[in-house]
Amino acid sequence: MEAILAIGIGILSGSGVWLLLRPRTYQVIMGLSLISYAVNLFIFSTGRLRSDAPPVLTSQPGSLADYADPLPQALVLTAIVISFATTALFLVMLLASRGLTGSDHVDGQERR
Amino acid sequence: MHDDLLLTLLVLLPFIGSVFAATVSSNARNSEAWLAGAVALSCLILIIAAYPAIVANGAIRSEFDWIPALGLSFSLRMDGFAWMFAVLVSGIGFLVVLYARYYMSPKDPVPRFFSFFLAFMGAMLGVVLSGNLILLVLFWELTSLFSFLLIGYWHHNAAARDGARMALIVTGAGGLALLTGVLLIGHIVGSYDLDRVLASGDAIRSHALYVPTLVLILLGALTKSAQFPFHFWLPNAMAAPTPVSAYLHSATLVKAGVFLLARLWPVFAGTTEWFWLVGLAGTASLLLGAFFAVFQRDLKGLLAYSTISHLGLITMLLSLGSPLGAVAAIFHMMNHATFKASLFMAAGIVDHETGTRDMQKLGGLFRFMPITATLAMVAGAAMAGVPLLNGFLSKEMFFAEAIETHLHSVLDTAEPYAAVVASAFAVTYSIRFIHSVFFGQKPADLPRTPHEPPFWMRFPISFLVIACLIVGILPSVTVGPFLQTAVVAVLGSRTPEYSLAIWHGFNLPLIMSLVALIGGALIYVALKGYLQQCADGPPLFRLLDARRIFDDALVILSWRWARFLETSLTTRRLQPQLRLLVLAALLAALVPLYARGLGPLAAIPSRIDPVLALVWLTGCACAIGAAYQAKYHRLVALMLLGGAGLATCITFVWFSAPDLALTQLLVEIVTTVLILLGLRWLPKRSEAVDEPVTFASRLRRQRDLAIAVAAGVGFAALAFAVMVRPLPDTIASYFLENAYLMGGGRNVVNVILVDFRAFDTLGEITVLGIVALTVFALLRRFRPASDSLGAPEQQRVQNAFDEAQPDRKQGDTVGDYLLVPAATMQWLFPVIIVLAIYLFLRGHDLPGGGFAAGIAMAAAFILQYMAAGTTWVEDRLRILPVNWIGMGLLVALATGAGSWLFDYPFLTSHSQYLQLPLIGSVPAATALLFDLGVLGLVIGATVLMLVALAHQSVRKLRAARLSAAAGEESP
Repeated sequence: MEAILAIGIGILSGSGVWLLLRPRTYQVIMGLSLISYAVNLFIFSTGRLRSDAPPVLTSQPGSLADYADPLPQALVLTAIVISFATTALFLVMLLASRGLTGSDHVDGQERR
Repeated sequence: MHDDLLLTLLVLLPFIGSVFAATVSSNARNSEAWLAGAVALSCLILIIAAYPAIVANGAIRSEFDWIPALGLSFSLRMDGFAWMFAVLVSGIGFLVVLYARYYMSPKDPVPRFFSFFLAFMGAMLGVVLSGNLILLVLFWELTSLFSFLLIGYWHHNAAARDGARMALIVTGAGGLALLTGVLLIGHIVGSYDLDRVLASGDAIRSHALYVPTLVLILLGALTKSAQFPFHFWLPNAMAAPTPVSAYLHSATLVKAGVFLLARLWPVFAGTTEWFWLVGLAGTASLLLGAFFAVFQRDLKGLLAYSTISHLGLITMLLSLGSPLGAVAAIFHMMNHATFKASLFMAAGIVDHETGTRDMQKLGGLFRFMPITATLAMVAGAAMAGVPLLNGFLSKEMFFAEAIETHLHSVLDTAEPYAAVVASAFAVTYSIRFIHSVFFGQKPADLPRTPHEPPFWMRFPISFLVIACLIVGILPSVTVGPFLQTAVVAVLGSRTPEYSLAIWHGFNLPLIMSLVALIGGALIYVALKGYLQQCADGPPLFRLLDARRIFDDALVILSWRWARFLETSLTTRRLQPQLRLLVLAALLAALVPLYARGLGPLAAIPSRIDPVLALVWLTGCACAIGAAYQAKYHRLVALMLLGGAGLATCITFVWFSAPDLALTQLLVEIVTTVLILLGLRWLPKRSEAVDEPVTFASRLRRQRDLAIAVAAGVGFAALAFAVMVRPLPDTIASYFLENAYLMGGGRNVVNVILVDFRAFDTLGEITVLGIVALTVFALLRRFRPASDSLGAPEQQRVQNAFDEAQPDRKQGDTVGDYLLVPAATMQWLFPVIIVLAIYLFLRGHDLPGGGFAAGIAMAAAFILQYMAAGTTWVEDRLRILPVNWIGMGLLVALATGAGSWLFDYPFLTSHSQYLQLPLIGSVPAATALLFDLGVLGLVIGATVLMLVALAHQSVRKLRAARLSAAAGEESP
């Protein structure tokens, strides 16, 4: 399991970094989204992977260690919302930049 | 009165008055002056009322915890020395307010003046009353700030702006040095409490960090008191209105430096370093200030240099390290404040009545304003140190100290001579001030015909001059006891015997005084002709313009070097920056790996489940596909991105994180819609017409691919290494234990967000709100590129089809487009809203919560936009997303602040269950209210962003219609 998720994180982040380094604004926004998936998964995985652990407290007796780790989950929940805000802001930035400069190159002008 | 209340009121009253003064209408000179005067007078009365308690107990104190963890408390403390300064600050403040009432023109924006003035008074009282050094630095910086605002009061005047900026830079930089020095003191003593610091003199003086601490403290004090070599800001600050110069730049602000030197005198003084550093600065300021003052043409310039010189005298007295020197310094602080403030006000009257301050143009004003002239003459005589006036007394003490030997050195030997020479110059410039303004030829072409000012404008001067006289004639019965209280407060058991008398016999100090008086008069006679027509500034030195040097230094530092660094180290291109960022991240991960190795991998990886493997096979293919297609096939890339997002989502479900999966799924939907809305404004790009791939670009791609692969492999290895390690004990167990007991919720993730770490969430939703507003603001001025202006290709095809068919009107197909999904989406609107409410209500106990509910609700709205088109929705549905944002933030804040009512810290929550009819038991923690704020803000922010983007198509249509209409009219 761990290996699969690790490979997944690696491919997501690798594709993201590749897109991040491309010249078109749309590529960069795609790249940022992919990287944020990878990072969210990574933060989540620091709580270790456990299937079928109850995420919500129940009244049944049992050890606290049975529950899923809430800490990385809370962190990732925040990160998801913030990365949505970042994506939105970047999208509007790229639209505004495209409107102003007429180009969708990240520098606002084609490479000379 | 209770000490706490009295001291707190003293500091707060001027600030409260300042707020009120700012709100009064802009032509209310009288009510402003009444307000400011009443505040100053109340402070003065409070201070005087505290005197008996100070004499009885030594000091009164008040202390509130502020940030106890940092040793910072809001601690105020008034001893005799602080009392003396507080009387000066509030008393002279009151007189200057009275004077300013007549000085300020009705056209000036007076509320701003009195508001800054009162705030400055509060900051200054804060400096003298602080019982905690950090608090002192805080108020110290506030005085710099308000001094800046007051100097720049006439901001339409370039000299005022430059002077204000210079003063702020010099004193502000000094303030930073002071802060560092104070931190060092705190490090040495272990406390910032003034009483503790004053009691630890030996520890500080013998500490290895004594010299750095001393230098930093001196940088603060000397910049504030305009001492050489930082003196140049004071003459440039004379562009301020004269009441400001009288108050800040003679009586109070510049005294803060010497106040601090005297305050810390018992701690720092008496060492060789102190003697040399403080002594050199003091002596240089004393001499240069006096010399420069003689050659000024501007009345206020003369007074400014004279202030530098007199403060130099005080600094030099403090440098000696002898208790008698400190006594003389404290006495001279008082005396200088009285005569210099009155002289500034007299200069202001002259300026006000004649329209010029140029001494070469002025003359013979005695016959126009005999009373003002007489008052100025007495004050000028006090400045020159003529017997029977207060200036004489402290100058005698100064001479007596200067001839004593304190530390065998060149400086000590030179001091008596420097003292006599500077005093002779003081006599010269005092005579020049009086003679060139009030006597001699009648002025030829003055801008205005002068006459006596109103009585109440003259009153502050009269009052101060009478004080000079009374103190000068009867020192021991008038000022003696107060001086003694002040001196004891500084020196404690080291208080020496001294006598405040006019006549001490025919001794050396008296001879020095006489030499200075006669010498100064002779110098004036010799220079009189030259001074009548010389250029501004002293000979030779005028070539060395301190202001120009300062400006040049500023340009070099903040422009030329900054530009050089910017051009040589940075690029404006994004790609190299991002590349460096990624490489730096790689390096940051590699270095510890190289240094520490991977370490033992303890846990055994769990069994591989084929279903999840399949999910990730798809996910990875989607990610790679998205990366491959993003340039030419944006829509495909967006779909593939969604595939990768779904794989992420499923992973969250798989590994017991339903909350995350829910939020991720909803965010995924909204993000996709958002990007879809944006796609329409991007340029067409097709492989066929793009430029051919060159060798260079192929090389670039290979390099980037290598970086990307390295990053991916590294991240995968890192994630694997983390996952196969046993989980150490984290604060998660605390949250699990206490979520239900203390937070009243079973959904631990939600309890963390809205209760345990609610403050973080508050910050987060604030960020979200700011982002939404930024998006909105950016789109308000959005201009699409010209090639995206026309209708999208699909609409064009559909319209062409309509035209080709005889039975269809143009727009029919567009209108019928996606009719079934559109109807479904409309019917789904209430369903999604109920879902959102459900998600919200159950959030505390089950997966859900404000974030998820808010995004679901926003999705409901945007679906309507997609289903029926922007115009249709905007005609029927009025959403006010900005109000939602504001309400959400306010609800969250109010919930947090509500806990103050019950004496709990900010954002403490209370929880219980409510029985609602039909619905049953509902968790009703106050955290739910907070979550309601989160919900409101998330709805508002998300809808605002989506709608702002969706709205562009309408705006574009309107713009196209307008331009078409304009096109029809013009030909």
